[in-house]
Amino acid sequence: MAQELSQRVVFGETLVELASQDSRVVCLDGDLATSTRTDMLFKAHPDRFFMMGIAEQNMFGVAAGMASVGLIPFVSTFACFTAKRALDQIRIVIAQPGLNVKFIGAYSGILTGKTGKTHQSVEDLTVFRAMPNVVSIAPIDGVEVRQAMHAMVEYDGPVYLRLTRDPMPVIMGDSYQFQIGKAVTLREGKDITLIGTGEQTQRCLDAANLLAAEGISAFVLHVPTLKPLDVEAIVNAAAATGLVVTAEDHSILGGLGGAVAEVLGEEYPVPMKRIGLRDTFGESASNAPLLEKYGLTARHVAAAAKTLLEKRST
Amino acid sequence: MNDPSIPGIPQLIEIARSVRIDIVQAIHHAKGGHFGGPLSAVELLVALYFRELNIDPVHPQWEDRDRFILSKGHSAIALYAVLAERGYFPVEELMTFDAIDSRMQGHPDMKQTPGVDMSSGSLGQGLSAGIGMALGARVLGKSFRTYVMIGDGESQEGQIWEAAFIASRYQLDNLVAILDYNKVQQFGWQYPEPLLPIDHPEEKFAAFGWHVIEIDGHDFNAILNAFDQAKMVKGKPTIIIAHTVKGKGVSFAEGKYQWHAKVPNDEELTLALAELVRREG
Repeated sequence: MAQELSQRVVFGETLVELASQDSRVVCLDGDLATSTRTDMLFKAHPDRFFMMGIAEQNMFGVAAGMASVGLIPFVSTFACFTAKRALDQIRIVIAQPGLNVKFIGAYSGILTGKTGKTHQSVEDLTVFRAMPNVVSIAPIDGVEVRQAMHAMVEYDGPVYLRLTRDPMPVIMGDSYQFQIGKAVTLREGKDITLIGTGEQTQRCLDAANLLAAEGISAFVLHVPTLKPLDVEAIVNAAAATGLVVTAEDHSILGGLGGAVAEVLGEEYPVPMKRIGLRDTFGESASNAPLLEKYGLTARHVAAAAKTLLEKRST
Repeated sequence: MNDPSIPGIPQLIEIARSVRIDIVQAIHHAKGGHFGGPLSAVELLVALYFRELNIDPVHPQWEDRDRFILSKGHSAIALYAVLAERGYFPVEELMTFDAIDSRMQGHPDMKQTPGVDMSSGSLGQGLSAGIGMALGARVLGKSFRTYVMIGDGESQEGQIWEAAFIASRYQLDNLVAILDYNKVQQFGWQYPEPLLPIDHPEEKFAAFGWHVIEIDGHDFNAILNAFDQAKMVKGKPTIIIAHTVKGKGVSFAEGKYQWHAKVPNDEELTLALAELVRREG
């Protein structure tokens, strides 16, 4: 079995690494340190860890002030709170002045450890795609989380990092080089294009295997950066097969599916289907039944691909 | 004053008079902006920029400068007028206020206006940013101080009290909040009886662990003394509760909620300027 990593654990480890390398890196925590794993930074560098309590609006404002005097604050809380509870603060004092704040959406999507719809986040990508000046990143695995965090520190400006909770296989090899704004072709194919973001790209790879067993050749493109979007890579991936399925643990309205539909609608129209939350909130449950009920499994991705292929052949 | 470059109280009074004239003219010219809130804050801002803040108008981004945040961002024109009078940019530029491509935006924009240290406008947010600057000074080992002006209506925002709690918890004695307590908000509570935007702010901030100083916010002696006293306080943030008059200096606007964001017409401009240029005594 492939090595597995939790994105949140890699996040905690990398935060320690970055703080050790760069004295400007600090972390603000909204009292979720043992969940988001910022507790690792607290143990390694207690003077660089700022407990902001259960008060997210203030926390994001404090981060803006820190960034304005030259620090590089990572603000850590759940995606549901980052993208909604503190949204006006992000807009006014972070995005509008373009301050160098890195904000984390931990426990994104619906796989949030049985906390249910209040703590799931299915619209954060829509929110941040629509907000000028904000870079949005959703990594596929722990390797990409670590690389993305290094890239975030090198980049001067607001960045949203969308993370997940549970262990998942490591996909990216040691030689992988994450770049902000670059999509990655994970598999070449000629019959159907599968485009994923975040961990959901892993289910696209699994879907490609299911399809291969039926003699269907799938092209898999991973889009870790939702903004700026790699338009060229998306158009090329669509052109490779002429059919596109998108997949995300997020609403299909305004997330990856929406973004790809916008790009292809303007640049290279092809038939497509979007896998994701279909304008609904989630609920409490463990991961497998959630993925099944909300149609996010590899089997769902493969079925959407076959529907498109059948339509084309008739 | 021994140092002739440091303005004394009579000079500060004259600067405040010029700032009020700038404000009234700019609002009239722009046919937009807020009126009452900028005028209540004039002495506080003049005292900050001409006496208290360690700043350099020639180098607005000097990294060791003291910081100021106008959290009640709708009073932006007052800050712009003070910055102009202090030499950050020409006073004539105030006449571009609210116009297309102007550096004088309707609310403070730190990326547009020289001397503006933090963007603001959506109320309740500046105190938090001030905490970030004060904590940042601590992390960076710098001695600059951070000042944040908040409004009384603005203090209805929950974020102000999140910030009040955290500033005290981190014992930020390098942070000074200034409440422009002008007692009037945009419309507020008028029935069945008039109510203040906030009652007893001195008790509320004291309960949150702040050192509280209460002054007349139009009295330069009191303002400067309060700043000096704040520097003596150790282990807790200070709030200066400055009792002010909304629309101060323009008699027909003083204390009137109707002048929160009203633009003076030509006749009102003439009346206001006549009052503002008249010498006292």
